[in-house]
Amino acid sequence: MLLRLLAITTKEVRQLARDRLTFGMIIGIPLMQILLFGYAINFDVRDLNAAVVDEARTSHSRALVADLQATGVIVLQPPSPSLADLRHRMESGEISVGVVIPYDFERRRSGSDRAVAQIVIDGSEPMIDSVARGLSSVPLPARAGDYKSRTPVFEVRTEYNPERRTAVQIVPALIGVILNMTMVIFTAAAIVRERERGNLELLIATPIRSWELMAGKLIPYVLIGLIQTTLILTVGARIFDVPINGSLLDLYLAAALFIAATLTLGLVISTFARTQFQAFQMSFLTLLPSILLSGFVFPFDGMPPLARMIAQALPLTHFVEMIRGILLRGAPLSAMQVPAMKLGVFLVITLAIATLRFHKRLD
Amino acid sequence: MPQAKLDVGGTEPAIRARGLTRRFGHVTAVDGIDLDIPRARIYGFLGPNGSGKSTTIRMLCGLLRPSAGTVSVLSHEMPRDAEKLRTRLGYMTQKFSLWDDLTVSENLEFMAQVFGLAAPRRRARVSAVAEEFDLTSLFRQRAGTLSGGQRQRLALAAATLHQPELLLLDEPTSAVDPQSRREFWESLFELVARGVTILVSTHYMDEAERCHELAILASGRIVAQGAPQELMAAIPAAVVEVEAADTAAARRALVADETVLSVAQLGTRLHVLIDPATPDPAQRVLQRLGAASVEAQSTLVRASLEDVFVAATGFGRAAGEQRDR
Repeated sequence: MLLRLLAITTKEVRQLARDRLTFGMIIGIPLMQILLFGYAINFDVRDLNAAVVDEARTSHSRALVADLQATGVIVLQPPSPSLADLRHRMESGEISVGVVIPYDFERRRSGSDRAVAQIVIDGSEPMIDSVARGLSSVPLPARAGDYKSRTPVFEVRTEYNPERRTAVQIVPALIGVILNMTMVIFTAAAIVRERERGNLELLIATPIRSWELMAGKLIPYVLIGLIQTTLILTVGARIFDVPINGSLLDLYLAAALFIAATLTLGLVISTFARTQFQAFQMSFLTLLPSILLSGFVFPFDGMPPLARMIAQALPLTHFVEMIRGILLRGAPLSAMQVPAMKLGVFLVITLAIATLRFHKRLD
Repeated sequence: MPQAKLDVGGTEPAIRARGLTRRFGHVTAVDGIDLDIPRARIYGFLGPNGSGKSTTIRMLCGLLRPSAGTVSVLSHEMPRDAEKLRTRLGYMTQKFSLWDDLTVSENLEFMAQVFGLAAPRRRARVSAVAEEFDLTSLFRQRAGTLSGGQRQRLALAAATLHQPELLLLDEPTSAVDPQSRREFWESLFELVARGVTILVSTHYMDEAERCHELAILASGRIVAQGAPQELMAAIPAAVVEVEAADTAAARRALVADETVLSVAQLGTRLHVLIDPATPDPAQRVLQRLGAASVEAQSTLVRASLEDVFVAATGFGRAAGEQRDR
């Protein structure tokens, strides 16, 4: 049993090592992408989840919060009792904007040169600049024409990415995009190639079991995925100064879970595709919505409900959430249970589909 | 009970099929064939492309499910027991299906592992088949760079690594030179001498003639079945060979005769199949040619397997009509 599994894995590694082009793509695709995406891309946002810490609790502070909500940029979640709680909720990814109205709000409003309130933004998400600009330009509300043209209402504070560099937002999610791309395509093609060349007919006439064949073929790609992760992290840290705030173990565990999910997706595709070209097209079909809907470039919060539903079914969505949390916000894996569970569910479902669809028969 | 007898010792055939049928959509690729393939014999499937040879072999090794009918292979019902039989069957696909980018030894080693051979036996078997099929000098060469004959030796070596009792070979010699084909058949007879049963499909007459028994397939049906010599003796036609100066004119004259079933040209000679009810067929041919003022000589000859094939598939004409329908 182990013998056959090992036989498949050894064969796969040998073939991969001899296929120079594919081998080159394993290293080439991540390098090219990180260098392309690593340089700036800026965007526009609506409907970010936000929470308020209102220490002042005056009618003006409530009016300010109402005005912020009216901009449509934020959607208010239940308020937080303290700044610590706000930070905690941001760390877990529940909110990406925090509004802090200090206890001396009324005093600042009536005279001081300091900003009257603070907006805290999760800098691990892209398009932060426009959010900050949009919110800080909201004028200070007052009764009976009490507006004064004066220094900014808000002091903007960007958490986790203080310099607001796009690379910091892009690179962690790019790990997911690159893994999604290579894992799905390579595994789908690896099995379909055997079908196309006629090797599969010989293989299924041997005592090998379906799961041995599949697992044996997937193992090399798990290793390749982890190598790619390391490559992107290293380049990200060296060239783009992307911080690694969380634990490396958590990061690799999350990556391994995601790799497993994308590999099984590749397996499912391989049971449908008859030729490598079909496999490639079908992989691309899953890749495009992943890139557009996962929150990698466009924030998840601004999407229509249908797009959000599709995004929920894509493994990349959950991985982007996890990797940003771990890498930039330094969140532990335990704070990422929900996306981890969703990835797990995806893994189980796709594995079941692949197993049910793969027969040791030609009909 | 008649069934009880079947279970006794080696009297039961290696393969037994009844009413075996396979449809792909509206196309019936295999149409109700019956087979009784004895053990330790070479059994041939002779037929043109598309006659259902590959589909039948795939059903026999459990890769395709029959649409109707029953198959039992080595006393196991297929496709139900396909997995139990994997280690007792050897299958050689029509197309070379080992890995072009692996070397000869890597391919053999891999197949031995997949068949679950433990390390000592694996080493012994790999070197034994390499010796037997003259592959030792090619060990380090990638399979993709081998010649047609070498590939086919490698494929047969891989199919026999686990010492199967039954070998299913789907057109094993279709891309192979005559010398390699000869050697290949010698290997098959050596295997049969050790008690292996071999089912081989081919569209070469000379290969079919080497089989102990054969079935002629056309359009998914078995149209003749038996030992090659029996089939040639029992052919429902008289065979006359005609030597004429003007073969084209002779051909025209003969095709017009109602007793002539088929005419085939072999160089300057014509090979004529005639209704067996015709008295003195050689004379009849000469009369006919004389009437058309074609000078010729004729001899009554023994039927070849090709004649059997032509007769069994409806003398070309009937087959043509079938296609037209």
